[in-house]
Order: sequence, then structure tokens, then C-alpha cells
Amino acid sequence: MARKLLLEHINVPGINTLDVYRQKGGYRAVEKALKTLTPDEVVEEVKKSGLRGRGGAGFPTGMKWSFLAKPEGVARYLVCNADESEPGTFKDRYLMTYIPHALIEGMIVASYALGAKTSFIYVRGEMMPQIRILERAIAEAKAAGFLGKNILGTGYDLELFVQPGGGAYICGEETALLESLEGKRGNPRIKPPFPAIAGLYGCPTVVNNVESIAAVVPIINDGGDEYMKIGIGRSTGTKLISASGNLVKPGVYEIELGLPVEEFIYSDEYCGGIANGKRLKATVAGGSSVPVLPANLTLKLANGEPRLMSYESLSEGGFATGTMMGSGGFIAFDEDQCIVRNTWNFARFYHHESCGQCSPCREGTGWMEKVLHRLEHGHGKMSDIDLLVDVSRKIEGNTICPLGDAAAWPVASAIRHFRDEFEWHVKEPIKSQETNYGIAKYAEPIAKPEVTTEN
Amino acid sequence: MLKVEEQQPVTFSSALIAKCDEISSRYPEGKQKSALLPILHEVQAERGWLSAAAMDKVAEYLKIEPIEVYEVASFYSMYFLKPQGKYVLEVCRTGPCCLVGAEKLMDHIEGTLGVKEGEVTADGLFSWRGVECLAACGFGPVLQIGPEYTFYENLDAQKVDTLIEELRKK
Repeated sequence: MARKLLLEHINVPGINTLDVYRQKGGYRAVEKALKTLTPDEVVEEVKKSGLRGRGGAGFPTGMKWSFLAKPEGVARYLVCNADESEPGTFKDRYLMTYIPHALIEGMIVASYALGAKTSFIYVRGEMMPQIRILERAIAEAKAAGFLGKNILGTGYDLELFVQPGGGAYICGEETALLESLEGKRGNPRIKPPFPAIAGLYGCPTVVNNVESIAAVVPIINDGGDEYMKIGIGRSTGTKLISASGNLVKPGVYEIELGLPVEEFIYSDEYCGGIANGKRLKATVAGGSSVPVLPANLTLKLANGEPRLMSYESLSEGGFATGTMMGSGGFIAFDEDQCIVRNTWNFARFYHHESCGQCSPCREGTGWMEKVLHRLEHGHGKMSDIDLLVDVSRKIEGNTICPLGDAAAWPVASAIRHFRDEFEWHVKEPIKSQETNYGIAKYAEPIAKPEVTTEN
Repeated sequence: MLKVEEQQPVTFSSALIAKCDEISSRYPEGKQKSALLPILHEVQAERGWLSAAAMDKVAEYLKIEPIEVYEVASFYSMYFLKPQGKYVLEVCRTGPCCLVGAEKLMDHIEGTLGVKEGEVTADGLFSWRGVECLAACGFGPVLQIGPEYTFYENLDAQKVDTLIEELRKK
């Protein structure tokens, strides 16, 4: 069995309560950090651990913390990004539902490290049950002296609040999240200034994902060096993977980074293979925003070596033959699924969620949705396929925030790897309404390294 | 988009005002606008939807301009700007849920309730709509019902029928 740092006690009855959580070693990290370490030493441990942001960008958490400006007399804030909305990702909801104290404990340690006296957990509004769970956990922690004034007699004060969102994917982008927390529309801000200089209420602010903050607990308990020993290369530690789609056992799994993708999909310890005895056609490995890959490139790199669940291995080959770790939302498509339909579905999602601030994204996502709709419904033209590629390129890199890129990549990658299937929809407009293109050659071994040229 | 359907001034219950006071106290002095999103959730939970008059009342409470409330309420997908059924069935319609049958489920709900997406049943009990990813992809198809936003997971037509029957009897 692989090592579990976050979900080790997930099946212990009552682990959502403070008492049971403490019996299993909870809040040791708060005691250790506040009583024996300086804030800078906590930051140093997190830096040593090599922990990378678990929300999708993969930026080193310790480095992000060290960028925080500390002007005299100005408040600093820690804001936890629990606005989990990326299609395919549901690990944070799982963690907050079953082990809320793991997040609360991480928030206390991280707030101490950053010198924050008030911290917020921004939870997407649809997760009202999780908001209630967190509020109850905060009340328990406060009653036990882990929050409030003079925590554990150390003189450190911290108030922790849960803030509900209003239902907007864009608020997962950190500056949109801060706008929303200030009671405004979730329009991303132009950077710089980065939140580390001017974030919430114009004050220095760090925004971290739920899983990143929860991972601080084992890092402080065992030391950054121990955490760094888990994983492979620059992908250190464990990662929560949300597995969904046509799998025998979808769900949330904690893996040691570096696990072969094939083992993750097919072993009984994890997803247990493809549901209903079908074959794997394609995967989206890191949440809907990352490039979709056919089965063959999911399991193996272009050179035939096994692909691993790590930041580096998943992105090996660039966008020509690779994808990204993203937020760890692993979606599996069986042989009966239609890539054109799914691409249309994702395009509709991004059109719906575009905040409307930048015209390439506001207009482009709508165009892509329309063109994909007509391809999927048998009214497409051959030229539509290249039109989609053209629109996606005009969005990518031309917007304030990464939502534009996130909308462009799934479309561009679907056409890159599944162009046959798109063309079939144009050539067989009636047949494509009744049946699917099937698995075709997408699971066949790759004969030689693929060279994809794009103009 | 904002049709005025409620003309009478709105009064909030004392319980709602106490809740708003508690929420506002979380933020630093002068930053009470931060309370806007949570307060709108509370108002919607009490009143079922956000009328222009109710939003004006929120603006008055937070000492901000009404437009600051309208622009927020119309930006976020959870706020209802027109009356809904007592129970709003919100079904996830995004990719992963569609891989396991969400589209068929929505067709089934439309047939069972006999109303199109966004419409209210004649008895005022139900409306339904497709919403984007609810972060429960491994347990799809899923739907949620406000104001508590209870999740119903691993759904099929039969489970939804049972759920609708239970809600009818409540």
C-alpha cells in the first residue's frame, strides 16, 4: 500500500470531530509550529518539502509564501481557495466533508507562518453542507483553544471565517476570488500587482488551494525533508486524484506522485479498470482544462516508456503528445464515448463561465460552442474544424486570466488527436446522430514517435 | 433582465437581520461590502428568490448603491432573479456527469415534472435546471436542492422519481 498523508484516517468513525481527529494525532502540527518554530522556520520547512500548489498551477507553495510583502502596520491575509469547480475535480469537497480539521489545522499553521491574524476559507456557494461542516469544526477548534486570542498561550491570535461564493467557476482564479470576497463580481484583476503585494483589501495576501494547505500539516509533523523523499523528482509528496467517468471504482485516491498511469487506471487498489468490461478510449488527466489524450498516449510516452502520474511525466512531450497534472481531475472515456460531444460540452461550460471581461474569451468561447454544437448535431462543414483551431489560437494567451487558455486547450487538443472523429461527423452527418465513432485506432500502440506539426 | 415583479418594499425578519449583523462583523471596519454574497444567500433562503425590492433592502442595509447589489446578483449563477418552484432541482450537466447519464436524467426530469428547464410546475412546488460542474464527478449523475444544497448522488430515473415523490409529500 502506498503512503497516505492526507487520507490515512478517512475511514475512522468520527474523524470529522475534533476529539477523534486529535486521538489520531491531529493538531500536533499547530503545537509544534506555534511553540517550537518561528514563522520563517515554518516557511523554510514548506520550501524544503518541494510542495507544489495543488489547485492546478503547480507553483511551489513555499516560494509563494516567501514572496509575501511584510510592510509594518499593514494587515496580511491568508485565503484558502475552496472554490473547487474544475470539471473532473472533487477532491477538496471530499477532504472538507470527511476531515475538515485537516484543513483547519493547516490554516492555523499557514496563517502563523505568514503572520495573518484573520484568514478566510472561500468555499464555492453550492457547497453549503461543507460550509456548515467547516463552521462546526472551527467552533470546536476555537473552544479547544486552537483559534481565537492567545492560541495555546503563545500570544498568537487568529480568527478564521468561511466565506460562501455565489456560483462562478472564474472565482477559482485567485484575483477573481479576492474580488468576490470583497463583495464584487468575480472579474480577475490585471497582474501585477500580485496578491502577495496587493491582495485582499489591497493588503498582502496569499491564496492557496485546500489540498496545499492540508499538506502543510504532515510537512510540519514529519519535516520538509521527509515529505520530499516521497514522490519522484520535482513532483514531491502525495497528491489527491479525483477519478471519474467510465471507471469501475471512481472516487478520490491519494497517490504517491510517480505512480504509473496504467497502474492507477487498472489496479484494484485504485480505479479497478474500465467499467462494464469496455476499453479505454481517451482520458483528461488533470481536469477539463488540460489537453485530452487518446488511450495510447495516456498510458505511454511517445517514445514508448510508461507515463507516470507526476507533473513532469504528464506534461512530457508538450502539447504535441502530452498533457498536464492540473488539479488532478482524472476523467476516463470508454470506447462508446464521443469526443466531439464531450468537447462541445466543455466548450459550453467555458462559454457559460467566461466572466466577459476580455473579448477574445467572451466572444471566442461562444463561437467555439456554436461551431462544436453544429458539428456534433450533424450540420458541420469540413472548414469548421480548422475554424475551431483558429479561434482557439486567438483566445490562447490573449486574456487577463488563464480561463481563456483553459477554454482553448481542450478544443485544440481534441482536434489534434481526434481529427478523424471530427471529420467523420462532417462526412456522416446522419450516422453520427445514431452511433459513435468508436475506439478506432486510439488505443493502438504508437508505432513511432509522433511528430505533430501545427501551423 | 431585471424585471420588477415585486413592487412593495420588503422587510427582513429580525432573525435575518441578526444573521446579517453576525456576517458583517467578520470583516474589518469599512469592508462590510464583503458580506454581500453571504447575505444574498440568506435573503434568498428566506424569500425563495431575489426581487429588486429585496436587493434594494440589502443595499440599504450595507449602505451601498442598489446597482452594486444587482451587478453581483446577476453575475453569480446561484441567485434567482425570478420566482422559482419551492424545490429547485439543479442537475449537473457537465462532461463527467454526462459520461454516466446526466443528459438522460434531465430528459427524465422534464418528462416527470412536465415543465421545461427554468419553468415552474402549476402547483408551484418544482422547477429544474441544468447547472455546471458541482464537484462530485465521481458520484454522478448528481443533483442538488437549495437552500440547504443537499446533494443526491449516483442517481438514476427511479431514484429521482422516489425523491420527487418524497418532496411532494413533505
